Amino acid sequence: MSQIISFTLNGEKISLETDPMRRLLDVLRDDFSETGVKEGCGEGECGACSVFLNGKLVNSCLVAVGSVHGMNVETIVHFKTTPAYRVIEQAFGDAGSVQCGFCTPGMVLAAYALLKDNPNPDETDIREAISGNLCRCTGYNMIVDGIKLAAKQGNGKW
Amino acid sequence: MKNTISTPVDRLDGPDKASGRAIYTDDIRPDGLLFARTLRSDRPRARILDIKLPELPDGYFIVNKNDVPGRNRIKMLEDDWPFFAEEVVNYVGEPILLVVGPDREQVNQILKSIEISYEDLPPVLSLEDAITAESPIFGDDNSFAAYEFQKGDPDSAFDAAKTIIEGEFKTGYHEQAYMEPQGMIGSYTDGKLTVTGSMQCPFYVKNAMVQLTGFPENRVQVIQATTGGAFGGKEEYPSLLAGHVAMAAIKTGKPVKLVLERGEDLAVTTKRHPSVSRYRSAVDENGRVTAMEADITLDGGAYAGLSAVVLQRALFAAIGVYNIPNVIVRGRVLATNHVPSGAFRGFGAPQAFFAVEMHMEQIAAELGMNPLTFKEIHLVQKGDTTATGGVLRDEIKIREMLNRVLKLSDYRKKEGMFASRKGRFRNGIGLGIYLHGCGFTGKGEEIIQGTATVRKLAEDRAEILVSNVEMGQGAQTTLRKIVATTLELPIENIDYPNPDTDRVPDSGPTVASRTVIIVGHLLESAAKELKARWDENEVLSVSKSYRHPSYIQWDQDKLQGDAYPAYSWGVVAVEVEVDTLTYETAIKGVWAVHDVGVAIDEDIIRGQIEGGILQGLGYASIEVMDTENGAYRQRSFTDYIIPTAVDAPKIESELVDNPYEYGPFGAKCAGELPIAGAAPAYAAAVGHALGIPVHEIPAKPETLIKRVEK
Repeated sequence: MSQIISFTLNGEKISLETDPMRRLLDVLRDDFSETGVKEGCGEGECGACSVFLNGKLVNSCLVAVGSVHGMNVETIVHFKTTPAYRVIEQAFGDAGSVQCGFCTPGMVLAAYALLKDNPNPDETDIREAISGNLCRCTGYNMIVDGIKLAAKQGNGKW
Repeated sequence: MKNTISTPVDRLDGPDKASGRAIYTDDIRPDGLLFARTLRSDRPRARILDIKLPELPDGYFIVNKNDVPGRNRIKMLEDDWPFFAEEVVNYVGEPILLVVGPDREQVNQILKSIEISYEDLPPVLSLEDAITAESPIFGDDNSFAAYEFQKGDPDSAFDAAKTIIEGEFKTGYHEQAYMEPQGMIGSYTDGKLTVTGSMQCPFYVKNAMVQLTGFPENRVQVIQATTGGAFGGKEEYPSLLAGHVAMAAIKTGKPVKLVLERGEDLAVTTKRHPSVSRYRSAVDENGRVTAMEADITLDGGAYAGLSAVVLQRALFAAIGVYNIPNVIVRGRVLATNHVPSGAFRGFGAPQAFFAVEMHMEQIAAELGMNPLTFKEIHLVQKGDTTATGGVLRDEIKIREMLNRVLKLSDYRKKEGMFASRKGRFRNGIGLGIYLHGCGFTGKGEEIIQGTATVRKLAEDRAEILVSNVEMGQGAQTTLRKIVATTLELPIENIDYPNPDTDRVPDSGPTVASRTVIIVGHLLESAAKELKARWDENEVLSVSKSYRHPSYIQWDQDKLQGDAYPAYSWGVVAVEVEVDTLTYETAIKGVWAVHDVGVAIDEDIIRGQIEGGILQGLGYASIEVMDTENGAYRQRSFTDYIIPTAVDAPKIESELVDNPYEYGPFGAKCAGELPIAGAAPAYAAAVGHALGIPVHEIPAKPETLIKRVEK
């Protein structure tokens, strides 16, 4: 029941023969050592496994790898090399947004997903944008502050 | 005057975590790795009659109680908790055996094909069952621990009382819900066992492995991996997982990883103890509480674990922040066929603070007094004594803090305005006033005698060697800041690798809010000496071991004296809006002022305060966990709901400066403190909005409706 599945992963065309029902999360972590993609709950509640699928933020634990054939998958591994990432990382640092860090790569991607569509979000926009990403350490306000700061410092260049 | 050390710096672990470079337990993938999964009891109490194992394919193994090299008991206060069940299982989820092999899917298939036959035994499924059970689970009365102590002459005070007011207060289970599930990796090479994983207490794990294996200490090494949140949940439970991967590694000769799935983690790991507290107070003709009696019962689950110390902390917090001259406190923790309860931020104190704060609200209401005024006139001052007769020697700024919270929240105006509100949506405002005893309870610090080392590595570089871990709370930043500031070096020039028991001294576990006040102080004094001796040698180490300040007097048998070396303090106000159609509650605002001595870093402290308050608000409101036939009904983050960014209120938070002589740069403790007041403040606010007493958390809509209709 294996199939050949091809997709673009972080800008590189890849092909693998595997069970199409495997979770994209497992393929990324086990076959491509993308350990920045975290498993927090395995059921789409926590957002730690967030990746971009054709530019849209998804939980990779809910995506069967067969369904991404021909699509474009971007993870934190690639995103961390972009100028947008550096703005968010610095803002998260300045605002004290990081604690245990397990939710953080997902939060960073969720922040970018918001800012590229809405470079000047208000408080409500930010809270809704990260409402699919659970954090147990911060109480969220310092993450919200980090995203506000990133919006200011990114100045629309997303 | 602002302390320069408090000025925030960027967290040193931030970039690695944000970019996904940080390596957590499940990210470690050594060659030849095998995966383990656990076969668990699905009965609350039963005798194992037979286990039918399938034929195993090559390279797959079963690991069970027969693979225990030394002793099948996790080393803790009471050695009653087995790594693998023996003849009897005592809770749903208790480990019976592991299936280990190279392919996770195949491991799962094998696991599913194993059949166990049981003979059910009468289970103990409630505190009432625990008291009446004919065949106890523990000892002869199902009591893991029971204590009683008193201050003054409570009997005479009750005899002389004008009024006696009684109340019962209940709190539910509370799940830590760290984002990284528990996980551990074991390996066994050339006769040496190495365990790496997500943990708070590397030496607890090491000591547990020594007892499990019977190996000499130099054949056991424990290394902390980057830990994705813990909140107490990774205090004792990691020893169990470590034992499993250790046995599997010893048996197979290969590295073995065991990472819990979220549902499994929720189902089988330790939670905050549910509690039932009965309070009784004597009040005189002036509306003063002359005596208070507190009786606290905790559900300890199937094994003793740390329950006795959790109970002690609950009892020592039983009269809250109030000056009550005559006190009687008693409590017990009972054995049930539930998952063992355990450490969770606050360690018994949140249950007691909920009870005493709501009891004070109740007394005020029954006397027809304003609850704020009533609490205010009872607040402790410097020189007053605690429930255990310890003297509060240090400056207490609780009144100043209370006044500041009242101002920030516009409390008095809202209190009056909301009381008269009609219509579907009703607002309410409530207060929580609380403290936290810093460091281990009683003689704990003296017994453990933590040692911390600072080592000069080069002219401009030094290293911290301690067994305390970064788990999200900011130890990497605060401890390096303490040493860097003392040595006058840039913070980047202070190394602090994740603890490895082969390299670091035992500075004690990362618990009890002790990392800064106790270990940070040892590091500060080691760094001071190292600075004075800096030119002696190219490489130079200075170690400091803990000594109890001589003024601390504690009698562990009578539970009398100074239960803690110092206290941190907090005041929080919570405003809610309750929809009287659905009884759903929205949190509209939170205002808090804390005294943590001196903040080593204001951002780190803000993170602790805001995270702790939200965790406490979750505890009080939406975090429902209940049991059915001994098993939790909540199996995922879909039904055990924790707050999201949309649920989270803005928190206006301030600190007061109150340096502590024996803390580094004047710092006291901060990690656990902020969770204690949020629940009573929330419950008081909901009670205020609806005009009813709220004596049970979580304050579920269905419970509130029933109470209003009554």
